[in-house]
Order: sequence, then C-alpha cells, then structure tokens
Amino acid sequence: MKHDIVLAGVGGQGILTIAAIIGEAAVRQGLHVKQSEVHGMAQRGGAVLAHLRLSSEPIHSDLIAAGGADVVLAVEPMEALRQAESLSPRGVILANARPVRNIGDYPELDDILAALRAFPLNVVIDAEQMAQDAGNARAMNMVMLGAVSPFLEFPDDLLATTISDTFARKGPEVIAVNLKAFAAGREAGLAVKR
Amino acid sequence: MAQHLLLGDEALAQGAIDAGLSGCYAYPGTPSTEIMEYFQGSADASERGIHRQWSSNEKVAMEEALGMSYAGKRAMVCMKHVGLNVAADGFVNAAITGTNGGLIVTVADDPSMHSSQNEQDSRFYAQFAMIPCLEPSSQQEAYDMAGYAFALSEQQQLPIMMRLCTRLSHSRADVRTAASKSEQNGLRPPDAATRRFVLLPAIAKRNYDALCAKQDTLVASSEASPFNRYEDGADKSVGIIVCGIAYNYLQEAFGGKCPHPVLKLSQYPLPKKQLAQLMASCQSVMVLEDGMPFVEQMLRGPLGNDRILGRLSGELPRTGELNPRLVAKAFQLELPAVPALSPLVKIRPPRLCDGCPHINTYEALGEALKDFADAKVFGDIGCYTLGALPPYNAISSCVDMGASITMAKGAADAGVYPAIAIIGDSTFTHSGMTGLLDAVWENSPITVMILDNGTTGMTGGQDSMGTGRMAEICAGIGVSRDHIREFVPLPKNHAVNVQIIREEAAYRGLSVIIARRECVQTLRKKKR
Ligand SMILES: Cc1ncc(C[n+]2csc(CCOP(=O)(O)OP(=O)(O)O)c2C)c(N)n1
Ligand code: SF4
Repeated sequence: MKHDIVLAGVGGQGILTIAAIIGEAAVRQGLHVKQSEVHGMAQRGGAVLAHLRLSSEPIHSDLIAAGGADVVLAVEPMEALRQAESLSPRGVILANARPVRNIGDYPELDDILAALRAFPLNVVIDAEQMAQDAGNARAMNMVMLGAVSPFLEFPDDLLATTISDTFARKGPEVIAVNLKAFAAGREAGLAVKR
Repeated sequence: MAQHLLLGDEALAQGAIDAGLSGCYAYPGTPSTEIMEYFQGSADASERGIHRQWSSNEKVAMEEALGMSYAGKRAMVCMKHVGLNVAADGFVNAAITGTNGGLIVTVADDPSMHSSQNEQDSRFYAQFAMIPCLEPSSQQEAYDMAGYAFALSEQQQLPIMMRLCTRLSHSRADVRTAASKSEQNGLRPPDAATRRFVLLPAIAKRNYDALCAKQDTLVASSEASPFNRYEDGADKSVGIIVCGIAYNYLQEAFGGKCPHPVLKLSQYPLPKKQLAQLMASCQSVMVLEDGMPFVEQMLRGPLGNDRILGRLSGELPRTGELNPRLVAKAFQLELPAVPALSPLVKIRPPRLCDGCPHINTYEALGEALKDFADAKVFGDIGCYTLGALPPYNAISSCVDMGASITMAKGAADAGVYPAIAIIGDSTFTHSGMTGLLDAVWENSPITVMILDNGTTGMTGGQDSMGTGRMAEICAGIGVSRDHIREFVPLPKNHAVNVQIIREEAAYRGLSVIIARRECVQTLRKKKR
C-alpha cells in the first residue's frame, strides 16, 4: 500500500493538523511515514503545502515528485489548483470551496471551481458550511479529512479514533463536533468514490 | 527501541539528549528553530537538567557552547545558515583552540531560500575551519549521528559541523530511538598547563599546525565512516556522488534500484579512497548535492572537467533545492507529464497578520513621512520586513540582522535626511545595539524605530532577551532621554503616533521611537 498526499492551503489554516492525524493513524497501522512541512515565512498568510507519504515499504524521498501524487487535498480552492501539477493522472483532487481572499487580484471563484470540477476525480465541497452545520466552522479541517478518508486504505474506525485521541484534552464536546464534521466530509467523499 | 514520528530537527535533538548532551545554545532561525523548541518541550531534557535557553545571537550562542565544551561537557549550538556568518569568528577560532567536551555546531541551510536572503552552503565553512562535517540523509541518520558526532569531537578534540537542509529539518519520519541513554560528562575543565584555549600568537601557531597535521586523520575517519558508503553498480558509464538528502531523491528516481555505482556521502572531508575508486571505474561522475556545487567544483577544478556533471555542467539547475523530478531528469528517465499551472492561480505572498501591531506602525510612518519627500527608510529582518510589500511599500532596504541602524547611519553620514531605521526587538538585541552605540557617539541625525512586539515573531514567537526593556537599554547606551519616545501602535492612537514620528524625524540628532504592542499570535498562544 502506498499513498502520496499533497496538502495545500493558506498559512494559518492548519493543514498540518490534517497531516498530523493521518500520519499518526499511519504509524498506528505500522506504516512508514514521511511528512515534509512548511514552517517559517510562508506561514504568514502565504501559500503553504505539505507532502505526506505513507507506505508499507520504506520511503525514499521526503518530497513527492510532480505528477506523482495520489491525492491533492486543499483547504482553499485556488491553492488546490496551484498544486494540481503534483497530481497523478489517476489521482483525486479534493478542495474546500471557500476562498481566502487575502490578495487584491483573487480570480473569479466560479472559474476556479469549474477548473477543479474538470478533474476526472474531484471532491469540491463547502467544508466550512458543513463544519458549521456540524457545530463549529473551525472543524473545517475535519470535514476535509473525512472527505479524503474513503480514498485511504485505513480500517474503518482508525481515523475517527485518532481524531478522538488528538482532541482528548479539549473535552467530549469538541470531540463530538469534530467527529460529526468528519462524518459529513466522509459522506461527500464516498459519493465520489462509489 | 521506540518508534517516533520526528522532524529532522527533532530527531537530532533527541539523539543529542540520548548521547549525553548537557546544554544547547541557539538563536532562532528557519529551518533550525525546532531543535531548541524540542529541547524546551522535552521531558527527557528537563529531567536531565539540560541547559536550553535561547541566546541573544549566534555568536553568543557559539561561544557559550564552547564554554560548556571547555568545562568538559557535551554541548550543541544551533543556527540557520546566515547565523553562521554572525558566529563565524567564534566558529573558526574554536577549531584553533579545539574542544574539550564534545561540541556539535548545527547549521541548517535553506536551499531555494524558502525563508532566507541567500543560499549559502555551510559545508564551505566547515572546510574553511578545517573541521569534519556531517550531513544526514534521513531523520534516522540525524538521530544516529548525534552520538557519533560527540564521540568524534571528543576523539579529535574538534568541533563537528552538523549540516541540515530545510527538507530534512522540516520533514517528519519514523525514527527508532535507543533504549538506553548515555550519562552526561562530569565537570572536567582542561588542566591549567594546557594553554590551548589561550590564542596568543605563539600558542595559536602551535594549535594551527596541529590542526593541519590532523587533516589526514580526518580523511581516514571519513573513509571509515558508517555514514559514507560505496554501492557498486553494473552500469559504469556514469558514477554518482550523492550528498545528504540527495541520496533519497536518487533512490526515488530509480525506484530503489540505481544501476550505477554510487558514493553516498554524509561525512566530510571527502573520503579519498572511495572517491578514487569511483573516479577510476566510471566514465563520468554526476554530483547530486543540495545547496551550492561544493563537491562538484572541487572535482571540476578551476579549468573545468567534462567528466564531472551536475549543477555547473547544466545537468541540474545551478540554484534551488533538488527534488526527485530534477534528479530523474538529469538521468533522462521517463517522467509523468505535468500539466501547466492554471493562469487562474495568482501569487499569494506572506503578509502581516490581521491585527498585527506593525500595520499600525507602518500606517503612522507612511503618513508622517508625507512631509519629508527625501526620507529613506532602512528596514531589517523580521515580520516587519513585509512592510516592503504593498500596500505599505515602506522600506528601501533589508540586508542582514542589524543593518537598518548601521545603514541609516552610513546614509546619514553621506547626507541622506531623514534616515529612518526600522528594527524589531529581537533583531535589536541580536545586532542593533552596537550600531546604535556608534550613532550615539556621533549624535547621528537618524531616527531608530524599535518595533517591540514582545517576541521573535517571524520565527514563531520565541522569547527575546530585551523585550519590554528597550527604553532602558537605549538610555543605557547613551541615547538622550528627551529623544526616546514610546507609543502604542493602535488605530485609536494614530494621530498622536504620526505626530511623534514627525517630531523625531525633524530633529537633527539621534532619536529612538519604541512602538510597543504584543504580537497577536503570541497573545493568542498565551490565551490558549
Ligand atoms: C543572522 C540571522 N539569524 C536569524 C535569522 C532568522 N530571523 C529572521 S527575522 C528574526 C527575528 C525577528 O524578530 P523581531 O526582530 O523581534 O521582529 P518580529 O518578527 O517579531 O516582528 C529571526 C530570528 C536571520 N534572518 N538571520
Ligand atoms: S506573527 Fe506577530 S509580529 Fe508577525 S505578522 Fe503576525 S502579529 Fe505581526
């Protein structure tokens, strides 16, 4: 088994939380993991990305070769498109449809969403709305994690358990909201995977 | 043995703890910052009483670490690549004094300049100082090398450079850690008769001769190093030298089955024996190294050499970090097609956080300087450097830490008026204070704005030694109390702040304005 995942977003959106949960789940599965992160300058509201590689075999490179990613997972639509060059022709692209408009020349959102929906395998969802419906807009990351979950070969409950453990210190309410957000995202992912 | 998912920075730190480290000294700088942060958060380090406080700058950190080594204990100093420029005096001379307790000088390079102003390659510094350099190819090696480096340091009585690159520093992998930890060294300063730490010319000459005489031993150590490896291959049309993490890109490109002979290089000086073997058995040699063409240039020599391939011959780009695709391309391997970047995608540069105090300072400065058409603003390094970008377009220079005050002074000496320096609190105590002393001596007509946000913001919010004491420090250095002004950068104070800047810019002598309000990110962290 091998999953090469490119995560993208805007500095401050917390893509590393998603990476950390998937990485932790992979370690629990006894898989090899490499996860290249962005720290520093770009975290101040710039474009950020992380490369996450999981495999049953030892992993060589910390970076995924362009054109080799099985998954591009973005919490912002223009950032999804920026990383599209990473995606393998058989890969899936997942994007939160809510833009972060912190630049003057942000393009027409509809054009971006149309470009994303033109990929053969795509999941484009308003993760923020879905998280809000689940109880807290800040659980947007967990919606996206849910959406990608059907594309990862993990046992059914593993990610949910890992989420619960990750948020254990924050109490049962926070856990419940995050699990609900995760479940909503998972439904959306399954609809495409099927 | 336990498995952990660790950043390269963290793996090295845990390795050092497990190998009997007694103290770490560092000044923050991407991508090295997480080493000290790991020590600070580590229960192991706390239990073992390891020193783990930030230092005011890299030179200070280097010398503190050397002091701990002098006392016989194992020490590490960490910095980003440009930090070594600041620490260079202590670094180079530590090779002349030699060490007592093991000393690791960890330097994290930033090829591609993700968060830096240049791409300098620290291996040149190790060669210059004539000391061994280790360059891990994986997080596991970073862990394993810590103990090895301390032992090598104590055996050779030399500091050992540990060269990391962004991709290793900031990438996590599963790391196996040792079941047992080494004891720390006891206190055992060198006996009084050894005068090797006293670099008077007569002693320094003796030490330097000894250092030169050691070089053959260092080559022999590289030849015997467990981290350097010759892997034979059937296809000898080209042999490959891979330095540090480039090894992983090579393996990735060939799916783990490279048909060519490979020299995996993780310890310098160059291992002569293995190098000679590769050169003798292969028609040409490709050098894969992150950073500058250090090994490649040595092998090419000043006249060039068609057998040596790499960044200088054009097989690989001259600048920027390597990746699996670039390596595959250098060997003309088949590559998946990559779609062009959609024209819809716009550049998204970093920016100041919403609510950042620097925003209000720049707004006030912009308005105040409308009255001074010839004003020049000399910037410095930190979050406030982002004031160079729209909508502020507020600064005309950013060179190295501390250069705002000194460049403003030089420009004022040349006749620029008003000359304004903008500097953060951490940068001020790192390298700004000495320049300010020059300006005091001559009462230079410059205005220094110290943006005291209570932290080292750019690198993620580390404590800064002088926070909250800026006015006292400036007064102590000799700035007139009448021209040390303070304001709180908030929208409601805008008019007052503009007026303060106007007054001090109009004053034809040295003035300091302290803009003091906490970084919203550290404030948020504290509230959590
Ligand atoms: C010699 C050197 N060391 C370290 C760094 C990394 N670095 C960049 S800015 C900065 C400090 C910024 O702190 P401060 O001056 O307080 O400004 P702030 O970011 O908080 O606004 C550091 C440590 C560097 N660029 N150069
Ligand atoms: S981290 Fe702090 S100092 Fe830096 S931009 Fe954000 S608020 Fe400003």
